[in-house]
Amino acid sequence: MSRIDVQKASSKGLKELIAYLLESGRVSAVFSLRKDSKTGSYDLGLITEEAGMETAEPLAPVMIANAGQVLSSFAPPAEPIAVVLKPCELRAFIERAKREQGSLENILTISMTCGGVLTRDRVVSGFDSDKVGDYENHCFAGDIHPETRDTCKACEYFVPMNADITVSMAGQEDAGTRCHIYLNTDLAREMAKGFGPDPAEEDFDSSITEGLASKRAAEKERLYGAVMSGKGGLDAVIDTFGKCLGCHGCSRVCPICYCMICDFESRNFDNDMPYFEKELEQKGALRLPPDTMFFHIGRMIHMSFSCVGCGQCSDVCPADIPVASVFKKVGEQTAAIFEYVPGRDIEESIPVMVFKEEEFTEFID
Amino acid sequence: MEKKFVPRITSFLCTWCSYTGADLAGTGRMQYPTAIIPIKVMCSSRVDPVFILKAYLKGSDGVFLGGCHPGDCHYEVGNYHTRRRFAIVKKVFELLGLESERLRLSWISASEGPKFARVANEFTEKIIEMGENEAKKKIFL
Repeated sequence: MSRIDVQKASSKGLKELIAYLLESGRVSAVFSLRKDSKTGSYDLGLITEEAGMETAEPLAPVMIANAGQVLSSFAPPAEPIAVVLKPCELRAFIERAKREQGSLENILTISMTCGGVLTRDRVVSGFDSDKVGDYENHCFAGDIHPETRDTCKACEYFVPMNADITVSMAGQEDAGTRCHIYLNTDLAREMAKGFGPDPAEEDFDSSITEGLASKRAAEKERLYGAVMSGKGGLDAVIDTFGKCLGCHGCSRVCPICYCMICDFESRNFDNDMPYFEKELEQKGALRLPPDTMFFHIGRMIHMSFSCVGCGQCSDVCPADIPVASVFKKVGEQTAAIFEYVPGRDIEESIPVMVFKEEEFTEFID
Repeated sequence: MEKKFVPRITSFLCTWCSYTGADLAGTGRMQYPTAIIPIKVMCSSRVDPVFILKAYLKGSDGVFLGGCHPGDCHYEVGNYHTRRRFAIVKKVFELLGLESERLRLSWISASEGPKFARVANEFTEKIIEMGENEAKKKIFL
């Protein structure tokens, strides 16, 4: 592994690297977060001209959509492109690639040790650059910013698992004045050839992230204890998901829920009049819209083992249901029974596609 | 006189093994409870895990899944997939604090009529012990 130090703030240093890649023709486009200079709002964009690089904000602490999900709609590209993804977005992209919804071909992945992203409220209601400054202070010091998403506060996978290039931010004290760029793969070294000072042979110093990792672990413990009042049970599940409006927004923004025709949105589970009559006869009342509980638990069964914990579902929920916290908690355990970590390795098949002849005998009576 | 609780156990039986096993129990005049409500499926892997969930949330007191023994699947590997999916359902139920004991998966071959009767009796007794599924009374569906 080699490292390049640029004597500039992290975001500036990374922007320079990306601009260099674009200018030298080694990549034909850059996929990154952008900031509109007029409105100050963020979006995701594909930039092909060097001039367009001015708007790029590759390290901004926001997640408009899970970029892994967006990227899979046009990957693989015909020519090499550079993409900047947060660690969870990269894992989400790999999960999608496993489902044949994209491929890593012709893609140079750039990621960062991540301090989390700000919640929707923070991003939508008058975002100003002071907030980014405040966020960066926390992030560089290895602290949890209080206005980041719940799942970010509890995220332990904030060091990218398989990016070609990693920018060191979380716990990197001098990241405000220096950009530490790690070239993890041969592809990255090839691409970055000729950029900046000569790279030094140096491995990523994981000790700088340990402080944050233990803070996150403690936060995770707290969050899991709070989810569905800890123990769960039918009443707790109803309390948690009973507020659901049935908009299905959480599944639309979920990078794992890729099905073009979702079972829950098909007519397969429509209820007809006799059903409603039966319900009224039995219970004397009816909850509308129906099947919201069924939708959430069903989705949990279908995809939770691949949940990367990006928190997008909680962020869009109009009823403020902590969807992501529940899914992260449940997903971690459903993945654990298969010793699976979503997005860890593209060669690792998703658990429901493979099996072993001798396993899970404890579930059979 | 108190009314005796007769549970409803939604049972998905694979046509090649467990359903035929149930048939054999019948022709062999073996007694098993009326609580078992059989639904014939081509393979136990045809049962999307959400069928199990739906049955539970709509108030089935138990959900039973019957498939071929490993290696005997008519479609070669269907039951291995069933087993993995069932493990996920069980795990999710456990984690949410729902009663995962109301779900059961058993391998019953076409020649195992007595086993089918035994499993049906066992499971029904267990469900009677557990009592009614409380989801039946909840207004949330």
